[in-house]
Amino acid sequence: MQEVLKVREGVPSATCKAHIMVCGGQGCISSKCGEVVDALKESLNKNGLTEQVRIILTGCMGPCDMGPVAIVYPDATFYRRLRPKDAEAIVEEHIMKGAPVQRLLYRAPGAKEPTPCIHDIDLFKKQQKIVLRNTIYIDPLSIEEYIGRDGYAALAKVLTQMTPAQVIEEVKKSGLRGRGGAGFSTGMKWGFTAAAPGTPKYVVCNGDEGDPGAFMDRSVLEGDPHSVIEGMAICGYAIGAEQGYVYVRAEYPLAIQRLSYAIEKAREYGLLGKNIFGTSFNFDIEIRIGAGAFVCGEETALLASIEGKRGEPRPRPPFPAQSGVWGKPTVINNVETWANIAPIILKGADWYASIGTEKSKGTKVFALAGRINNTGIVEVPMGITLREIVYEIGGGIPRKKQFKAVQTGGPSGGCIPAEHLDTPIDYDSLGALGAIMGSGGMIVMDEDTCMVDIAKFFLDFVVDESCGKCSPCRIGTKRMYEILDRITNGQGREGDIELLSELATTIKNTALCGLGQTAPNPVLSTIRYFRDEYEEHIKERKCRAGVCELK
Amino acid sequence: MVACECKCGEDELTKQLEKIIDQYRGQPTGLIQVLTRAQELIGYLPRWALIMIAEGLGLSLQEVYGVVTFYAFFSLIPRGRHKISVCAGTACYVKGTKMVLKTLREAIGIKPGQTTPDSRFTLEIVRCIGACGLAPAMIIDGKDVHGRLEPEQIPAILEQYA
Repeated sequence: MQEVLKVREGVPSATCKAHIMVCGGQGCISSKCGEVVDALKESLNKNGLTEQVRIILTGCMGPCDMGPVAIVYPDATFYRRLRPKDAEAIVEEHIMKGAPVQRLLYRAPGAKEPTPCIHDIDLFKKQQKIVLRNTIYIDPLSIEEYIGRDGYAALAKVLTQMTPAQVIEEVKKSGLRGRGGAGFSTGMKWGFTAAAPGTPKYVVCNGDEGDPGAFMDRSVLEGDPHSVIEGMAICGYAIGAEQGYVYVRAEYPLAIQRLSYAIEKAREYGLLGKNIFGTSFNFDIEIRIGAGAFVCGEETALLASIEGKRGEPRPRPPFPAQSGVWGKPTVINNVETWANIAPIILKGADWYASIGTEKSKGTKVFALAGRINNTGIVEVPMGITLREIVYEIGGGIPRKKQFKAVQTGGPSGGCIPAEHLDTPIDYDSLGALGAIMGSGGMIVMDEDTCMVDIAKFFLDFVVDESCGKCSPCRIGTKRMYEILDRITNGQGREGDIELLSELATTIKNTALCGLGQTAPNPVLSTIRYFRDEYEEHIKERKCRAGVCELK
Repeated sequence: MVACECKCGEDELTKQLEKIIDQYRGQPTGLIQVLTRAQELIGYLPRWALIMIAEGLGLSLQEVYGVVTFYAFFSLIPRGRHKISVCAGTACYVKGTKMVLKTLREAIGIKPGQTTPDSRFTLEIVRCIGACGLAPAMIIDGKDVHGRLEPEQIPAILEQYA
């Protein structure tokens, strides 16, 4: 296995000429990467190379809009926008003659020469991959390849060399904060659950990802499912749990399929089940399918849904650490948080804590979309500025349009205007700007976007997705929506902005769960930074972006 | 998934549904799992199936309805042969969901939530299918993602689904 993986680290092999990694993320599947794979196979077959060249369908490589993309190892040549007819050139010119196919290579904006090697491309160079450490290197359906990249070594290490308390201490020391949104210390959460009275205990993975504009969890589940399984098993040992649940949305059939397969394989290899690594530790994982309700991303609602009930939240405390699934102590973390665990154990808390900012350690995966040149998944160290993400990694705004705002954190988040592009991104700086990190959706908006209309869009979403249990959320957001609807129809009145702000504050202070408490954020942040647009709509019946039809 | 309309098929469906229920018999916590698979089998969740499920898991029919109506994924009415789900996530919205919906409505003549009279299409709006990089996008039959949509491509895409 090591031999096989070496090819992908740039070491030529005597028996294997090349590995062609084709991106099998949702973006590339939609761009018909399957047909490219078929054409490559046919071409290899025709040239008698089937034995010497492996084709592997990987998880999402990141640059979705360039899809289908592929990497040819050992030289790590990156190809983009592939069509089935390109297969012949790749096989006959590149693999047989060693000359990369120029026309299929990536060319940086404004550059004369293409950049063949993936490691030299700006888009990738600026990134630092911990969570996505395996997604361009391995076959997500191969547990052997995961193990070949040090997979399950962290689980072996905790089971044979560490006490549960030491594991929790290590995670605490790393400074890892939950990647699902609120950013609570992961180690502390584990510590509370370990100390809570009551057995059995449970481990839950939140893979609901209902945020519009977020797709990083799916790319981890589809591209490297074992990293989530391993993280959960380590936590199981640390807190004394034997059962885990992964809650995945029904809208992600490929993630469910790959994760189920990975769980089965882990069981076969004795990495899940009874007496793991010959110790007395038992741990198993079951998948629970979410049925399409945004509120189920809220932890108490998700727990109700796992129990087969309506996904309605309940007041906290008690927190899941005391009373979670079936009323038992439960650790619930997001997919991305789980994928961080194994590297922290293997490389140590100090290594992890050396990346990022003072209070936000490590990296964050963002889903970059909207009006930006390079859309897709990127993983960057905390503390990088928005400008670096939008202009250097994202390649700027298409068609020479003016940048207007970045929306982060979905319906619970806010819009950040151009004047704050140089803010280093971490949990606290985004909070200070009235936005949140959230799970990491990042939608770029240009001058053709109307900010009042965007606020209305998010309110429409929340009204639709409110579970209806508490009145501030059920009634309050509906009233806010009506006011915004009026403003965007040209019926805005003097005092509407104040009324919106007042409603927003009341809802924030009185709603039952995170969904309601954060629902007014998109309105508050657009009022804060784009108040003049609201005023133009109300006083001048004018929409500068030309989106609203004002009567 | 084709909704079975003929009487002769119903016994077969009942048998298969019994099998699904058997795995969770007497366990109310398996409700969402059973409902998901029942809908896969039948195409929607008719009353007779809900009654069977309620009895099988030891729940009241009211509790089952409570769960079915809570989640957007479940449907109480028959759907068309092909389900078109237009993504209305933020990225798609910013890049033109409105245009996609308008073109679709003109092409097949129904509003979101409706099924065409010939049962060919059901149209719905969904919240983010996670293909934001390809916005605006729609997903047909829960598996075929069509991204970077332009109005003129839509008729050709619809033609692939008879």
